[in-house]
Amino acid sequence: MIVVRALKDVGSYFLMLKRVFSGFTKGSILRELIFKEIDDLIIGSLGIVSFISFFVGGVIAIQTALNLENPLIPKSLIGFATRQSMILEFAPTFISIIMAGKMGSFITSSIGSMRVTEQIDALDVMGVNSLNYLVFPKVVALMFYPFVIALSMFLGIFGGFLAGVYGGFTSPGEFVTGLQDSFDPFHLTYAFIKTFIFAFILATVPSWQGYFMKGGALEVGKASTNSFVWTSVLIILANYIVTTLLLS
Amino acid sequence: MIRVEDIHKSFGEHEVLKGISTVFEKGRTNLIIGASGSGKTVLLKCLLGLFHPEQGRIYYEDKSIQDMNDDEKRDLREHIGMLFQGGALFDSMTIEENVMFPLRMFTKKKRIEMLDRVNEVLARVNLENVNNKYPAEISGGMKKRVSIARAIVNQPKYLFCDEPNSGLDPNTATVIDNLIQEITKEYNITTVVVSHDMNSVMEIGENIVLLKNGVLVWEGSNEDIFKSNNKDVTDFVYSSDLFKKIREVQLKEG
Repeated sequence: MIVVRALKDVGSYFLMLKRVFSGFTKGSILRELIFKEIDDLIIGSLGIVSFISFFVGGVIAIQTALNLENPLIPKSLIGFATRQSMILEFAPTFISIIMAGKMGSFITSSIGSMRVTEQIDALDVMGVNSLNYLVFPKVVALMFYPFVIALSMFLGIFGGFLAGVYGGFTSPGEFVTGLQDSFDPFHLTYAFIKTFIFAFILATVPSWQGYFMKGGALEVGKASTNSFVWTSVLIILANYIVTTLLLS
Repeated sequence: MIRVEDIHKSFGEHEVLKGISTVFEKGRTNLIIGASGSGKTVLLKCLLGLFHPEQGRIYYEDKSIQDMNDDEKRDLREHIGMLFQGGALFDSMTIEENVMFPLRMFTKKKRIEMLDRVNEVLARVNLENVNNKYPAEISGGMKKRVSIARAIVNQPKYLFCDEPNSGLDPNTATVIDNLIQEITKEYNITTVVVSHDMNSVMEIGENIVLLKNGVLVWEGSNEDIFKSNNKDVTDFVYSSDLFKKIREVQLKEG
């Protein structure tokens, strides 16, 4: 029974995607919607992403420094560990999971509220492809999500630098040496490839949860919770698959 | 004109519509009435193409909706105006943007022309100085009027209303009923109203279709309904205490 339901859900998700990319809304209206979504989803997330990244970067540097008991291990490892942690995992994956809570629940509750108050039916009755109208602008807006992640990487490393240097754990030179040590540009490519995949998941899975929800206000809340859970699960699974394919 | 022929619609094993056939005439206010669960809203959604009946056909003029391709359905929907039970106004848009929405979506008019048309229809539904307000800032009755304005702004050929009086006080309900009837005559459109409100039946029911358990059990005008001896009609009409007392007085007076 659960398997059948899961297969049905997967089928309905892919059918939704087909409708998102067909029956396009008038260009001038779509353009406005895309700018609005960029403002809501991307610009609106910069504050929290900056705050979290800066302090987590600082904590990574401090934790690494406090675990360097062997005098033979160079202090530049603090910069190296901060860079690797921020670029490979924290910025792309963990910021995306935080965004599954922030953006995901916003997307699900806004679309779910429209479903409950018949606004989606109103669009359909008018002859507007409601899925294209509601979801496509979110997908396009989230193609700017890698900029958020790039900012997160930069601020995390900067936070690590300030915490490491001003906390007296390392010198600026040693930290920068660590940042440059064994740098593999492919790690950035890998991070941004998975960021694009997470962005697509972040735009579409919460939209699916909101669009196909049934019931009233209470169910909107439940759908938002489910949205966070499933978006996070899919991000973690996608992270594992992409890492296996690109880095193993 | 909308013609419905032998419509059957089921959800799982539960058959909600059991062979409905009727005609909704142009220039008239057609009412679909019946108790809760009788299939009124399902019939309305079938007419709108939101539900697909398993059997039977729905004709808009001479063209069956089942034979239309996606483009034809989209064209048809551009000519449909819908008044939803809760208004279904877009929360994130002002009243002006809500009413302008169908014009922006389906016409190539200049903004100034669209604005003129929006002000014209808002005046038609007796609303002024609400252009820049949001739906959350106006009353339920005003929302219904804005919803009517949005439904007629693009001069539709068909107007559908789902329980237009629900949640309104009797005076406002009468205003909305009269507005629907006036607009039907003025624009010469086919109007279909789903209701279980007897006041609406009395006010605007030019052609009434009574559903019971998914079956069309009676059809006639608001004048006919009080003369009818059909048990289903009398059960429905006199289910309210007020109408029951009126009936008793009528019977006493012979």
